[in-house]
Amino acid sequence: MTSAKSHRTMVGGMPMPGLTERVVKAVFLTIICAAVVFPFIGVISTSLAPAEEVTKAGGFVLFPTHGIDFTAYRSILSGGTVTQALLISGFVTVVGTAIALVLTCTLGWALSRRGTIGNRPLLLLVLISLLFNPGLIPSYLVVQQFGLLDSLWAVIVPVSVSAFNVIVVRAYFVGLPAEIIDAARIDGASEWKLFRHIGLPLSKAVIAVIGLFYGVGYWNSFFNALLYLNDSSKWPLQLVLRTYVVNGVELGGQDLGLGSEAVPPQTSIQMAILMISIVPVLCVYPFIQRHFAKGVLTGAVKG
Amino acid sequence: MAEADTASRVRSTHGNPDAASLAKGRKRSLLARLRRDYPVLLLAIPGLLVLLAFQYYPLWGNIIAFQDYQPYLGIGKSLWSGFENFSVIFSGDPEFLNAVQNTLILTLIQAVIVFPAPIVVALVLHSLLSNKLRQFVQTIIYLPHFMSWVIVVAVFQQVLGGTGMINNWLRGHGYDPMHIIGNVEAFRALLTSQVLWKDTGWATILFLAVLSQIDRSLYEASAVDGAGRWRQTWHVTLPGMKPIIILLLILKLGDSLTVGFEQIILQQQAVGVDASEVLDTYVYNNGVLGGDWGVAAAVGLVKSAVALALVLSANKLAHRFGEEGVYRG
Repeated sequence: MTSAKSHRTMVGGMPMPGLTERVVKAVFLTIICAAVVFPFIGVISTSLAPAEEVTKAGGFVLFPTHGIDFTAYRSILSGGTVTQALLISGFVTVVGTAIALVLTCTLGWALSRRGTIGNRPLLLLVLISLLFNPGLIPSYLVVQQFGLLDSLWAVIVPVSVSAFNVIVVRAYFVGLPAEIIDAARIDGASEWKLFRHIGLPLSKAVIAVIGLFYGVGYWNSFFNALLYLNDSSKWPLQLVLRTYVVNGVELGGQDLGLGSEAVPPQTSIQMAILMISIVPVLCVYPFIQRHFAKGVLTGAVKG
Repeated sequence: MAEADTASRVRSTHGNPDAASLAKGRKRSLLARLRRDYPVLLLAIPGLLVLLAFQYYPLWGNIIAFQDYQPYLGIGKSLWSGFENFSVIFSGDPEFLNAVQNTLILTLIQAVIVFPAPIVVALVLHSLLSNKLRQFVQTIIYLPHFMSWVIVVAVFQQVLGGTGMINNWLRGHGYDPMHIIGNVEAFRALLTSQVLWKDTGWATILFLAVLSQIDRSLYEASAVDGAGRWRQTWHVTLPGMKPIIILLLILKLGDSLTVGFEQIILQQQAVGVDASEVLDTYVYNNGVLGGDWGVAAAVGLVKSAVALALVLSANKLAHRFGEEGVYRG
């Protein structure tokens, strides 16, 4: 008879974990997940709790027990500074992502056409740009020279081609079955048609992922806006968030566009602003998440 | 195939390749290639222009590091000042040295605490038997990565601040509140915990990808040899992760002069420059805000040069130890 130890069930070549190990892991993972989830719950609760409850709790509510109140949201969305910033962030995100996707996919496609004239030098040009960062001051001078200071295009254009994303889409295009492309070429399809009707439709997954990455990047972009936009009427949401939530500058009824209505507690307003900057990311997150499972990105990088 | 066909068809129309017309034929074929490939180039141009304009062209702006740059004069008319701007670096200006010191300390803390954290989490996740549970945990812990630094800092204030969740609870239960936000002593710990919160989960993604590719039969063989779970982790799992760990360490080394720029800019007001200034914030504060463009550019230039040198030499070092590194060269 063999010893008891060798009778332990094996899973994937490893012995079954013992009870202690399982308990320790469960506690560990629970703590990590709680550390991520609880702050969000606190923010949501405070933004939705009625004014009296927030005041009574000293500014912060973990679970609202006196019903739900949308006053804070109504007041930030009634046409003042925050509403404006929300629209600007929406514009930057939508337009920016569209431009970035067009530029990235066309360049990625062109670089994927191996054997065409100038293909290797151009690929090298893109790869080398990954190795260095132009630096803060030189970038600022260029944006200034192009007359983009105080323009939303300064937040959109400079980051619209990420060399990394170009490499990722290119790798995906290179991996497409060559027979299809050759067949279409023989049938007389132009380069644009190949790209538009073969390249793009077959690469929806990777385009979706980099689109979401660009989108989240534009929505979250903070420092470029701080650097290039002095005019506070052009501020995106992240700058409003910094001023009124992180730095705690008080938002009056006038800033909010409320007129003579009572201003809800500052904490509620702050949490509501925080929520409207988090929610769009939360909405697209499941779609990004779905693609991680397929390993689109890691697979492409290896190729 | 189709490309080669077209090319040969085009070339064959140029007639017989005798010695005299060879040079001419070559030129022609270049032209022919251009005629054949120009649609590809047209597709590449818009993206390339952006890359050239905002990635390569700015490099030229570094020359203001050698100027007494005045914005109203521009690069053309500002006076040259040689290496004067670099004197803050070489004569050891206290503010500059303070920024260097803070940068290096933060980098060291992050290398010791932030770097290994996702490895530990990935090992735990990988050892889970239920795929559903693993995916559930992954979905939660990846999330903070997609929050901007402004949001992360705001959330931390709401949790740890004077009237935040934790202090409210402490006060409600008769304890003294903790002074964390705005406390100079706790600043480094605060920065580190924010980085951990935001990026530990996301950083596991690469390690998990590598872990899933380790050969199962290695585990089986080691189990037959009597290795328990710990020994398997030590002798099979970790060696399997070595290449990716080395690769990431190299990249990290190249980034070692870049720590938490947005994160610090957002919180600098509360704790002051002494405790929080790093090289990047030094460049921003002195250049864009302080108007000392030349000095800021000089510091930025030296920083970039050192970072590039660090990556290249780390890569070389990795090759010497027989590892793949980032690239072969």
